[in-house]
Amino acid sequence: MKKGLYGFLFGMWILMLLGGGIVVTILGPVEVTGYGDVNWFIASVIKAITAIILVVIWILILLKMKNWIFKKEIKS
Amino acid sequence: MIDLVIPAIVSCIIAFFVVFLTTPPLIKFLEKRNMAVKDMNKKEEVMVVRPGGPSIVLGIIVSEIVLYAFLQLNEIIAIIITTSAAFAIGYVDDRKVMGGWFKPVTLAIAAIPIIAFGAYDTDLAFPLFGEVQIPVLYLGLIILMIPITGNTINSIDVLNGVASGFMVIASFSLSICLFIVQNYEIAIVSLPLGFVSLAFYKYHKIPSKIFPGDSGALTLGAMYGSIAIVGGVEIIAAVALLPAVINSFLFLSSVKKIVEHRQIKGKPVEHTEDFKLKSTDDRTAPVTLVRLILAAGPLTEKQVGIAIFKLTLFSGTLAVITAFLMGVRI
Repeated sequence: MKKGLYGFLFGMWILMLLGGGIVVTILGPVEVTGYGDVNWFIASVIKAITAIILVVIWILILLKMKNWIFKKEIKS
Repeated sequence: MIDLVIPAIVSCIIAFFVVFLTTPPLIKFLEKRNMAVKDMNKKEEVMVVRPGGPSIVLGIIVSEIVLYAFLQLNEIIAIIITTSAAFAIGYVDDRKVMGGWFKPVTLAIAAIPIIAFGAYDTDLAFPLFGEVQIPVLYLGLIILMIPITGNTINSIDVLNGVASGFMVIASFSLSICLFIVQNYEIAIVSLPLGFVSLAFYKYHKIPSKIFPGDSGALTLGAMYGSIAIVGGVEIIAAVALLPAVINSFLFLSSVKKIVEHRQIKGKPVEHTEDFKLKSTDDRTAPVTLVRLILAAGPLTEKQVGIAIFKLTLFSGTLAVITAFLMGVRI
């Protein structure tokens, strides 16, 4: 079981690195024009909503990973 | 850099010795007032006093005030106020049974001084890929960070010495990372957290003479979260904290709502005849880090603590690698 925990921890770390990549390369450059002074605010709201969706996806992947690692460990 | 050496040494000595010297009188004071709870993992009827939060917060406040005298940083004031507020919140919860909402909501309010003092940078730094500017989202992150780190440390405070020992490893890892990313001032500001935890571990390690209580655990967690924000090392801090994050994640994903541990009816762990810890088959019980460690077979309380510390050393190593990767671009 302990081996599975190290694997789960490492998997979480990799997911954090990949998530950072998505945030910086895709989400970061998002810009909104045509709304005057509130351009930055609308862009931030879009980024916030997208980030929340990404976090939900991240949690779903973690849940799958948890079930896969620990069921495999319990069977062995 | 050289001019930071003296403040660093002085504050670390003060942080360690304030907790080391004030905890024994606190234990006697709490014993006199009969403020003790049963240690559930001992065969005999062992009562342990709580909370140890007052000596922990005293060590932090005194050492950080000394650092402020040297460095004059607003960030230090923000850390002191947020950490003290977290202590007060935890102390209320130690003395009175509060609802599951109490700690997350009040800890979110405790994060406000960090915003009020402007002790943050809206750029969120990621390893390998660089930074992203998220002005609005970052305010939400600050509000969320303190309840998350506070409750995460509180949730891992389940066995003798685990919360303080865990904080020793996680906070020193974070300090090393701050030195690696060359944020020397905040690295110095973060060092007292490790020394306070180390001094408290002396009395908290198995067999515990005192428990930190909610006031102690929330104080340690809130200070850790505050350092992560003011130091701009949120991702690195999350990596160093991963075993505790896994514990909270497993708990929440099995219970599916925010509740206090005392509200859970199913027992994740029970005792064997020789009083080792053993995972239960109770399907209503939450999945926790300790339960998963015990899935392979019964272990003593000390062995489970060592397994958690090894996992924390592993995540601390990953945090150091992450800090080095901050300077790498792909």
